[in-house]
Amino acid sequence: MRNISIRFFCLVAFSALLSLTACDKKETPVAATAVAVAPVPQSLTVKIGHAGPLTGAQGHLGKDNENGVRLAVDELNAENVTIGDKIAHFELLSEDDMADPRTATQVAQKLVDSGISVVIGHMNSGTSIPASKIYHDSGIVQISPSATAIAYTAQNFPGAMRVMANDSQQGAQLAHYAVEKLGMKKIAIIDDRTAYGQGLADVFEITAVSLGATVVKHEFTTDKSSDFNAILTNIKGTDAQLLFYGGMDAQAAPMLKQMHDLGLPLTLMGGDGLRTAEFLKLVGNDGNGVIGSLPGIPVANMQNGPAFQKKFEARFGVIQLYAPYAYDATRMVVAAMHEAGSAEPSRFLPVLQNMHYQGVTANIAFDNKGDLADSAVSLYKAVNGEWQFIETVGAR
Amino acid sequence: MSALKNIPSRVLFGYATAIVAAAILPLLTGAAFGNSWVRVLDFTLLYAMLALGLNIVVGYAGLLDLGYIAFYAIGAYVYAWLASPHFGLHLSPFIILPTGALVAGLFGVILGAPTLRLRGDYLAIVTLGFGEIVRLFLNNLDRPVNITNGPQGINLIDPLISITPFSFYGLRVTSVYCYYYLFLVLCAAVVFCCIRLQDSRIGRAWMAIREDEMAAKACGINTRNIKLLAFAMGASFGGVSGGLFAGFQGFVSPESFVLLESVMVLCMVVLGGMGNIAGVLLGAALLTITPEYLRAIATPVQMKVFGRALVDPENLRMLLFGIALIATMLFRPQGLWPSRQQLPATKK
Amino acid sequence: MEMLAQQIANGLILGSVYALIALGYTMVYGILGLINFAHGEITMMGAMIAVAALNIFLHVLHLPPLLALSAAICIAIPCCMLLGVTIERIAYRPLRHAPKLASLITAIGVSIVLQNVAMMVWGRGYQRFPDIIPAENVSAFGATLTPVKIAIVLLSACTLLGLWLLVNRTRLGRAMRATAQNPEAAQLMGVAIDKVIAATFAIGSALGALAGIMVAANYGQADPYMGFLLGLKAFSAAVLGGIGNLAGAVIGGLLLGLIESLGAGYLGTATHGVFGSNYQDIFAFMVLVAVLVLRPSGLLGEHTAERA
Repeated sequence: MRNISIRFFCLVAFSALLSLTACDKKETPVAATAVAVAPVPQSLTVKIGHAGPLTGAQGHLGKDNENGVRLAVDELNAENVTIGDKIAHFELLSEDDMADPRTATQVAQKLVDSGISVVIGHMNSGTSIPASKIYHDSGIVQISPSATAIAYTAQNFPGAMRVMANDSQQGAQLAHYAVEKLGMKKIAIIDDRTAYGQGLADVFEITAVSLGATVVKHEFTTDKSSDFNAILTNIKGTDAQLLFYGGMDAQAAPMLKQMHDLGLPLTLMGGDGLRTAEFLKLVGNDGNGVIGSLPGIPVANMQNGPAFQKKFEARFGVIQLYAPYAYDATRMVVAAMHEAGSAEPSRFLPVLQNMHYQGVTANIAFDNKGDLADSAVSLYKAVNGEWQFIETVGAR
Repeated sequence: MSALKNIPSRVLFGYATAIVAAAILPLLTGAAFGNSWVRVLDFTLLYAMLALGLNIVVGYAGLLDLGYIAFYAIGAYVYAWLASPHFGLHLSPFIILPTGALVAGLFGVILGAPTLRLRGDYLAIVTLGFGEIVRLFLNNLDRPVNITNGPQGINLIDPLISITPFSFYGLRVTSVYCYYYLFLVLCAAVVFCCIRLQDSRIGRAWMAIREDEMAAKACGINTRNIKLLAFAMGASFGGVSGGLFAGFQGFVSPESFVLLESVMVLCMVVLGGMGNIAGVLLGAALLTITPEYLRAIATPVQMKVFGRALVDPENLRMLLFGIALIATMLFRPQGLWPSRQQLPATKK
Repeated sequence: MEMLAQQIANGLILGSVYALIALGYTMVYGILGLINFAHGEITMMGAMIAVAALNIFLHVLHLPPLLALSAAICIAIPCCMLLGVTIERIAYRPLRHAPKLASLITAIGVSIVLQNVAMMVWGRGYQRFPDIIPAENVSAFGATLTPVKIAIVLLSACTLLGLWLLVNRTRLGRAMRATAQNPEAAQLMGVAIDKVIAATFAIGSALGALAGIMVAANYGQADPYMGFLLGLKAFSAAVLGGIGNLAGAVIGGLLLGLIESLGAGYLGTATHGVFGSNYQDIFAFMVLVAVLVLRPSGLLGEHTAERA
């Protein structure tokens, strides 16, 4: 028995030691991002957080968002923006959430600990939602540049907003396009039973039905499946003209191949999970005719897009996807701080909620939930291994 | 109190030290590294409770359960249903947590009853199937009647504890600290239950079944009831931890209850030392804290050594984790801190 | 009727792949009593290595398609056999007399390592299997098939026949059966059981790799995650048929494939849309549980007391 108590003590000591070393290393990245405070006497340091996957499969997209925020922060620092009667200095704290929900709550806590007033992030819906509770509890404003799940703003957290069309807006626009522009009357739907796929497919179904189309079959799969022969055979037994897939590229690609193998000549349509370069890489020229959408507007068509692109590319290289949105979100928050004369979330949030901001991507204003009052969705068609822009719908 | 007198003072001193250490640990951690690490400690305690529950089934009764996370899921969803706007119910945790334990225990019996005749790997695959069935039902019962809200999960669950953050000698005290102490007390209660069970008639019957079911039956043990009791007890501990998880996170969705989680909890039990409470606690602590630690240092260390992140930290972390599992088992097949009662098993 | 024929064809194709992988599980289990959780990952490695080799042969060496495919298969299968033997040597052999759960945990460890090594080598993305087999559809009995699908079924059947001959008609097969029955006694009779076990792993891994290549060719892609689900399904199939029994693995695999495909096809119609294809996995698991409850040792498994 004596042994046990000694071991127990060792265990406690060991775990303490473990966390001790953890801290040592952990401090480095924060120190590295910190910049010397400007020598202006009346200055105010405002910490802006960013969170997204900086490593892993989506690392390049998270880094892209971070670069958007960084560009905005550096510009704002050079512009000597005033908040109240002080010149503000902005400091960017960026954290890697690895696109994992639990890690996201961890980094959210870390950002809150370090005293940020606003966070631009997270990139994914799955991470933005659990993290939003932590920001909300600490009264911090969160603007996601790219989380599209409806549930994110449906929580009615006043500080949780986004500058991107949500799944509901996207699904509805896709349905409008399919029924009104393509004239599809009989539609089959498959969703992958994930929060994203199911949300998108359900909105698509409701909208399509309300526009007079019939959903002849609604089948289900999972985000890990690769065999869809059984459900596609079911669809083959109907007279569907279009197959809508709510899910990701990794399933959509083999699904398309199996459609060909079964002799099922339907148009395949999907959301931003399908409209990726990866999808085209996997299907090659078989992809011709597939229709996909992306929330937002192509950079070239944005009101200040080309100018932004030039600035951005000079520093960071090609824009991956959402950097302009992250940039806009950052500048807009700071504009709200400037107008409110305070970097306190409780003070600048009311200003932000009612603001009309002219950004790179669009004229941004929020509705009462924190979604875009006026959102754009762009449609693309796969032609010879490239996504060809068709049109932007939804924006005034 | 007479029981206390029988324990040597040195052991009592050991326990006292452990309790004091556990009590000040979050304060030290929070002061030194920030509240995000206190959160890690919270999760450690949550997983410790879960692992202790599984230990009853796998460690004591020797029944290989690969679907244990299902009970955790059931506990979490019971909490979510009874304390969220989903059904508009907002009951007190004092009602919900026992209900969750009861419901999970019931499911334990439902799972246990048909599997009584199964042994070893057949049991493993049936429990695995059960775990997947529960998860798939949670994921799909949003139509025709919306019960679980499907893949979207249930959000805005009432928190177990909610306090206004305040400062305590420069330390910003938030609810993560309260959760720590709550979980600590509950974890201690679970440990106490386990210790008492282990030395009771029931505990000895479980171990008898584990060592040789036939012999146990021949000795007059009602193996059916005793096995069902193991499933029910293990499941209800899982149910309680699930409820705590739901109240802590405020959000449950089926993707938190995948097979890999069951496997992780099993790893905690086996790696730490099956059947030994201290070992299981050690396993839970190691498998919760180490991955977080690796995550925190993977990129900075690579940056220092190579000047850039060569290997994706997530891959590196999982790779090291896999190697650690193999190495530990090769060098300590009984676990890091094995139970003494276990015979030098030559079973194959 | 046409739909039924198609669904049965779908099920049989899926089932032949499950059967090939299930054989790997069952052979190892029959001899060692060990669930080789890493077997699904070997299948994945087979597919990934074959795709990588195929790309090199086609785009760097410019070999004709069919030659490139055969060469890729000839590289992937030995690689996986070597991998299987190495895993056995490192992770399982030292634990042959340790508690059963210890080797289960090392198996999980090996599987995590393999998956992450694959991600480090090839990235997390999906690898495309080049289009080298003509994708002309063929109609048979009302079902639409492709050459790849027909090849899968034929190749599986030939492999199974070969395996049956190997186990029942060769010296090695006899040694394997003897080891499975009683390792100590086999050893006393002069069987080098370490070699027999290594050979078992090699054969099982070869079957797994072949199945992996078939999957990649049929679905047109391979990725580091594919092994997990395939392995899980195949393991269920092996248990369904009676783990440790070769014929059981084949029957279990085919049956599971049919259950899945018919479940997805007819659940919705049978329940008037209350349960749809989202319940296909639940249905499959329930059949599995029901079979095991009624026949605790699987369909063809012998009812024996747990080996002590």
